[in-house]
Amino acid sequence: MMPLLRRALLTLALVLLPAPAAAEDAEVVRLWHAYRGQEQAALEANILWLQERDPNIKVDILAVPSEAFRTKLTNAVPHDNGPDLFIAPHEAAAQWSANNIIQPAVFPAALPPSSFSDPAIEAVTYDDRVWAVPLAFKSLALFYNRDLVDRVPADLESMALLGAEVADVPFAYEVGNFYHHAAFFHAYGGRVFADAESPVDLDTEAMRQALRYVKDLVDSETVPPETDGALVANLFNTGKTAFVFNGPWFLGEIGPTINFGVAPLPDIPGTGPLRPFLTVESLYRAARSKASDRAVAKVIAAVAGLEGSVVRATVGRQVVALEPAHDDPRVARDTTLGAFVAQARAAVPMPNRPEMGAVWEPANRALRAVVRGSSVPTVASARAQQEVGFYLRPPPPPSSPGPYLVLLALLLLGGAMGTLHLARRSNLVARVRASKHAYMYLLPASLGMIAVVFVPFLVGSAVSLFAHKGGEFTFVGLKNFARILQSSDYPVTDPMSFWFTLVVTVAWTLGNVALHTGIGLGLALLLRDPWMKLKGIYRVLLIVPWAVPNYITALIWKGMFNRQFGAVNGVLDVFGIEPVSWFSNFFTAFAANLTTNTWLGFPFMMVVTLGALQAIPRDLTEAAEVDGASAWERFRHITLPLLRPALLPAVILGSVWTFNMFNIIYLVSAGEPGGSTEILISEAYKWAFTRQAQYGYASAYSLLIFGILIVYTLLTKKVTEAGAPA
Amino acid sequence: MTEPVKHVDRRTTWKGQWWRHAILLPLTIATLYPVLWVVKMALTPQGTPDLSANPFPSEITFENFEALIGTTDIHGTWLFGHWLFNSLVIAGATTVVGIALSCTAAYAFSRFDFPGRELGMNAFLVTQMFPGVVMAIPLYILMDATGLLNSITGLVLCYSTTAIPFCVWMLKGYFDTIPRDLEEAATIDGASQWTIFLVIVLPLSRPAIAVTALFSFMTAWNEFILAATFMGDETAFTLPVALQRFVGDYSTDWGAFAAGAIVVSIPVMALFFALQKNLVEGLTAGSVKG
Repeated sequence: MMPLLRRALLTLALVLLPAPAAAEDAEVVRLWHAYRGQEQAALEANILWLQERDPNIKVDILAVPSEAFRTKLTNAVPHDNGPDLFIAPHEAAAQWSANNIIQPAVFPAALPPSSFSDPAIEAVTYDDRVWAVPLAFKSLALFYNRDLVDRVPADLESMALLGAEVADVPFAYEVGNFYHHAAFFHAYGGRVFADAESPVDLDTEAMRQALRYVKDLVDSETVPPETDGALVANLFNTGKTAFVFNGPWFLGEIGPTINFGVAPLPDIPGTGPLRPFLTVESLYRAARSKASDRAVAKVIAAVAGLEGSVVRATVGRQVVALEPAHDDPRVARDTTLGAFVAQARAAVPMPNRPEMGAVWEPANRALRAVVRGSSVPTVASARAQQEVGFYLRPPPPPSSPGPYLVLLALLLLGGAMGTLHLARRSNLVARVRASKHAYMYLLPASLGMIAVVFVPFLVGSAVSLFAHKGGEFTFVGLKNFARILQSSDYPVTDPMSFWFTLVVTVAWTLGNVALHTGIGLGLALLLRDPWMKLKGIYRVLLIVPWAVPNYITALIWKGMFNRQFGAVNGVLDVFGIEPVSWFSNFFTAFAANLTTNTWLGFPFMMVVTLGALQAIPRDLTEAAEVDGASAWERFRHITLPLLRPALLPAVILGSVWTFNMFNIIYLVSAGEPGGSTEILISEAYKWAFTRQAQYGYASAYSLLIFGILIVYTLLTKKVTEAGAPA
Repeated sequence: MTEPVKHVDRRTTWKGQWWRHAILLPLTIATLYPVLWVVKMALTPQGTPDLSANPFPSEITFENFEALIGTTDIHGTWLFGHWLFNSLVIAGATTVVGIALSCTAAYAFSRFDFPGRELGMNAFLVTQMFPGVVMAIPLYILMDATGLLNSITGLVLCYSTTAIPFCVWMLKGYFDTIPRDLEEAATIDGASQWTIFLVIVLPLSRPAIAVTALFSFMTAWNEFILAATFMGDETAFTLPVALQRFVGDYSTDWGAFAAGAIVVSIPVMALFFALQKNLVEGLTAGSVKG
């Protein structure tokens, strides 16, 4: 507890002492970043150093979660709430320059573009302009455990042989992730874009060769097939493998007792070196930044300049992009950074093209299908190419808004006339007057709902009639809806079609709601007995799944379903059942998602049922017990009918929420196999955020979901009302 | 009020209850197994526990907790204190506002017959079907235009309106089960509608209010996208935003995240523990007879 106490005292001292720096009229420069750990510490050190020397500048530094970073940025900048400077990877420059989020970089006089390494400047150049000041490189390299191996073979096959001699797993990396796989793809000469002008090309010989090579690695058990970042770290830290491919971020994850080294990635024998993607983290100047050029230049110089770079290299362990920093003795003696610098030279910069965003999903799907064995390289590459084309197709041709406006006017007129007619016939005015009380009770909640929910929804829905491309909206009428419903790009039975996904979504919803309600109701009935011992303890322990943030528990469930290392297969093994590859088959993957979400969702229904059970007078059941009714009869004829009014809203709303609950699927099966376990809402999100910001298409998707939910709810109400006793 | 009906005198007992424990005990253990892993991750140095099925840590460190609780910004401001305070204020205010608005609205739906009643009920329900992806950008514009960006009020407004539809439906369903005899008697005694609502209906609805309170609290307590997007200052963030900071573009600090997840869950458990007696005390069982 000592460090905590010391920090608290330090905090106290800082509060009590007068603030040292920052002159009264200091100019404020706002800087946003998503760094954490030592990288954050290095950046903050740079800023403190600047403010100490120059009290006329005050840097307002804001650390944003990376998952919220883009949303925050793209919302804030157009409304003049954005930062002056922010740090982000280079490959977003194309998209952001098109959408007016950034402005071209201004290099301080002492820090001309020529002082940065060539690949760095190349990476941040788009449309013949330089959009950001490069800060640091990120790419994969080879990490090895020095306690297990004393040398690093130059080619991959000797490395795997050596790895197999010294540990269980010859080597490991995230096999199913195209970002990692790209090292193999590039080794065979593949490029996502052949040159700056050419379209995406995934259906190439290089793609097929790389897929075939990795499939062989998996089949020969040289690499474990189901690996994510946490598992790779685990294998390395527990000595189960001596070699992993990973990036500089891995430095913070290696256990303190592991004696490790870093080297460039090995060669594929007879083909050439593995060439990973290179990302250049860069300092962007936001559009509409109000800070003066002079102040901004000072901050840039402090972070990207020589002193700043040395601090980022030594404290932040960054592979800095400023060439002269590598000659500094403090940086040059760091062999780990040296290995990353060497690797950066052999890496392929992440293409800085807006189309790149549409590549990941299809490429990942193709890769996983081949690794799993459900597709062969030739078919998978062709399919990936076709899917990219689907995501990148041009928006529908513009429509004339005239007929729609006439239709809207007619609808409004008809609605108004209908209401008027109804009002006159049913004496509405008088009845409304008589119900003044009721409206007073309703007013506060309704006002809030209209302002915060209905208005944004109407505005957002209107977007469904437009197509969004490169920051421009064009009116297309109902063509977005037509495209989705016709499912012309895929056969109806294909996992990518709207109709297939709809069926999966309905099954997902029904399965979850049935399990949540069944388990929740059962537990509530078990726990209602007031004379039961420990009931309070059970109740509190059983709501734990609801209380713990599901981001982490979903990951733990995913780990439990791992084929090789998961606890679920461990339990099956005890009963002599063969290990199951949970995410290779639609039904098992669906079951894994369903299990996780059932675990997450039953406590809510249990709590709701416990509350609802209190509406049932105990006298009734006791009287029935005296009359000789069995437990089942009492439940069926007394408890259940009386529970209905309080339970029905929870069941209906539970279905609605489950229908749109995509994050569990994203975290557990990630749509595997082949996107078949995705639900409708994940499509809407992908069109809005990862596939070229096609907001109109995403909005049309959402409106269709909305329509389906209304029909679903009407049906549920019908069914339950039919089942209700008269 | 009538006297509670005397039940057979039984004290809490093990007798005749063993079968309940036989079901509940294994179920509880199975339920807690994944959570034990969260605890193990939080207590293991560097956050990468071994790959065994054993959910208990082999060595224990509190450094993940210390790092989170001790977080300061470059001026030395104790950020964790701000985050915890903001989270408690925002979730608390959301609960109070959400329940106040929902109780009145649910009462109107349950006890009055007025034009637009059905429509209103359905309108509340329908709001839950709007996919958030459509709303995010218009909501930001609205908050910006009304000057509610960077304010706790703005977030509380967003969260409570998210929670209201469920609360209204839940409470309305519960109000419906409360017999009207009592209210009719009170009306004869000259009590106003408002008095009846406050003095008779609300106290009888404690189980449903407890459920909706927990629900409203949770709606605000775990949300991070809106909080991170609307707030422009690190001291204005909430705990879930801080927690999400451990998830990076390339890698996640699972040890710190697990520690944060535990810190975030404790107030929820405490709240549930405090509320749960309202869920089980058989309030209506004795005092009102149907």
